[in-house]
Amino acid sequence: MAEASLRMAPRPPGAVSALRERLFGSRRQGLLTVVAGFALAWVAWQLVRWAVLDAVGPGGTSQACAAASGACWAIVGEKWRLILFGTYPLEEQWRAMLASGLMLAGAALSGIPRLWSARLAAFWAVLLGLVLVLMAGGVAGLPEVGTNAWGGLPLTLILFCCTVTTGLPLAILLALGRRSDMPVVRAICVTLIEVIRGVPLIAVLFMASLIIPLFLPTDLTVDKLLRAQIGMTLFFGAYAAEVVRGGLQAIGTGQYDAADALGLGYWSKMRLVVLPQALTHVLPALMNDILRAFKNTTFVSIVGLFDILGATKTAIADPNWIKYAPEAYIFILVVFLLFCTAMSAYGQWLERRLEHADKL
Amino acid sequence: MLYNKAWRAIAYQLLAMTLVIGTGVYVVLNLQDALAARNIATGFGFLLQPAGFAIGETLLPFNSTDAFWRAYAVGITNTLFVSALAIVGATVVGVAVAFMRLSRNPLLSGVGRAYVEGFRNTPQLVQVIFWYALVTRLPHPRNPFVPVEGVLVSNRGLYLPAPAEQGAWFWALIAACLGLLLALAYLRHGERRRHETGRVRRLWPGMVLLVLVPPLLAWWLVGAPTAWVRPELQGFRVVGGFVFSPEFIALFLGLSLYIAAFIAEIVRAGLNAVSQGQREAARALGLKAWQIQRLVVVPQALRVIVPPATAQYVSLVKNSSLGVAIGYPELFNVNNTILTLSGHVLEAIAIMMAVYLSISLAVSAMMNAYNRSVQVQER
Repeated sequence: MAEASLRMAPRPPGAVSALRERLFGSRRQGLLTVVAGFALAWVAWQLVRWAVLDAVGPGGTSQACAAASGACWAIVGEKWRLILFGTYPLEEQWRAMLASGLMLAGAALSGIPRLWSARLAAFWAVLLGLVLVLMAGGVAGLPEVGTNAWGGLPLTLILFCCTVTTGLPLAILLALGRRSDMPVVRAICVTLIEVIRGVPLIAVLFMASLIIPLFLPTDLTVDKLLRAQIGMTLFFGAYAAEVVRGGLQAIGTGQYDAADALGLGYWSKMRLVVLPQALTHVLPALMNDILRAFKNTTFVSIVGLFDILGATKTAIADPNWIKYAPEAYIFILVVFLLFCTAMSAYGQWLERRLEHADKL
Repeated sequence: MLYNKAWRAIAYQLLAMTLVIGTGVYVVLNLQDALAARNIATGFGFLLQPAGFAIGETLLPFNSTDAFWRAYAVGITNTLFVSALAIVGATVVGVAVAFMRLSRNPLLSGVGRAYVEGFRNTPQLVQVIFWYALVTRLPHPRNPFVPVEGVLVSNRGLYLPAPAEQGAWFWALIAACLGLLLALAYLRHGERRRHETGRVRRLWPGMVLLVLVPPLLAWWLVGAPTAWVRPELQGFRVVGGFVFSPEFIALFLGLSLYIAAFIAEIVRAGLNAVSQGQREAARALGLKAWQIQRLVVVPQALRVIVPPATAQYVSLVKNSSLGVAIGYPELFNVNNTILTLSGHVLEAIAIMMAVYLSISLAVSAMMNAYNRSVQVQER
């Protein structure tokens, strides 16, 4: 009997019936579903026709593309090396690949919360040093490659990694300075943050590449890449400083008082008590800024560097292929989409983890 | 004395000041050398000299004999024009996507989600350049795509019919703006009366009149012109009508569609922030569905939406400088040309930074004022 009554108990709605309820629950919903479904199916069919059925694959030629009515993926097959590695010498390309792999591995390792400590900074200093030596060469029998030949994905990754690793310390210093009791220090930090946040990134990059040479002795030249890097770091630092400031403001005065009572000095208080809590608190917001820094690396193509976008522009300058520029841009849009979706998913994971920690 | 906090603070600040001033002096000394070595002139006098270059797309009349300051005016109006239209576009698309994402229908919410993820997770600059490359794939003006009679779509731009006497329509537009302001004032006045007297009066007939009558009156007063000029193909180019250039279209799409993804998330978060209890309470009071939205949900959601949306609009205005990548003559692009032609590097950069800073600050100030007006009034 007991068994029978158990079997009689109403079952919770299954996934299929819940979906049916949401799709066709009412007459209005049903109509909406049918209309939207048809529109979507039509768009999807057109896309499939353009991108797959009528398209020329990566192995095709530009003549085949001219005859076809669909997409021309042959430009990707023809130019992928230029797009991904720029004009880096072909026989040295393994160095660019290895450098990219090292940075990607480093970034993946840095995402593991258990490894977060001050040692991470030292790890990145060593890693980036290694990457730069590997790319530049001139030691250990590696032929020298000037920064003007660096390009594509390795350059994008170098700019991104250097921006975050140098920009974060700058952001922390600026945020601490903005909350300092000393009016002079505060004024310097506020001016720097607000001016940089008030102008476009291109303006900052442009200033860095035009003005820095004017401000230095005439016989001292600074590498173009380094100038762009300074601009990227300042821009990221100013934005991230405001995020860090938000975290600092969220720390109760009790924490400061407790640290003072323990007799800690200013820097120990910040390093051991305040910053670890403040940074954990704003990690998701900081992750957004880091994601934006990755997308912003493309801006350096405007000041004449060959990051992945700059290299693509060079690739489509070829008169045989110039008509198929949209396909080449779709290729790099997909590359960015992969990286950025991974980062944004990681950011959401961090946010959930933080919420969970708050509830404990 | 070394261990006294106050003394140490003074010492640190002196050190910081010395560093800043020292760097400043060092930089200025180097700058003088550099300027002398490269024969770069200084001073703002060049603004009155003839520019000597033409600008492809202008809202203000401009030719190459006009002074440099007029070129700046052209660049600034172009920046404001494309930004204003893109802000409207971003808001419309953003709100639509937010409602799609909030829909119970999985098809609609799926499309909304795909839009947000796709546009947020790719660089804006690549999007702008991609749209530009796509626009150049449109048909040649000799064989344009005609969606409606009088509208031509080609790789030289989007051609629309324009009124023959633009001066008359300008006055009508001014009158329409005035009418809109009057209608808003009437609405506020009516709501205040309702609060005071408790009597509900219909406001919409008066508002419709106030919006419609002034422009019609202005149009009638200047002679009621009805002639329209349609764009037509003459030889290899299209003549007549109003044209949006490919550069403008690409920049407009790149700015508005990218920012729309962020606006959508902000609006969604704002609407979600209004608790279900508020809606239930409003229904219990007997408010109709649209009244619940207008009087209960939207005012509360706006408080959450406005501050982050402002930041996005400011970012949109600043990133209109991406026009430089595709050749749209906005402020940054025009400034580049001026800087190269005049040789006044420092002054040009100072002017450009000052303009962007003041636009950012002005938009923030406007939005802050608005934000104060929608804040909770604690009694």
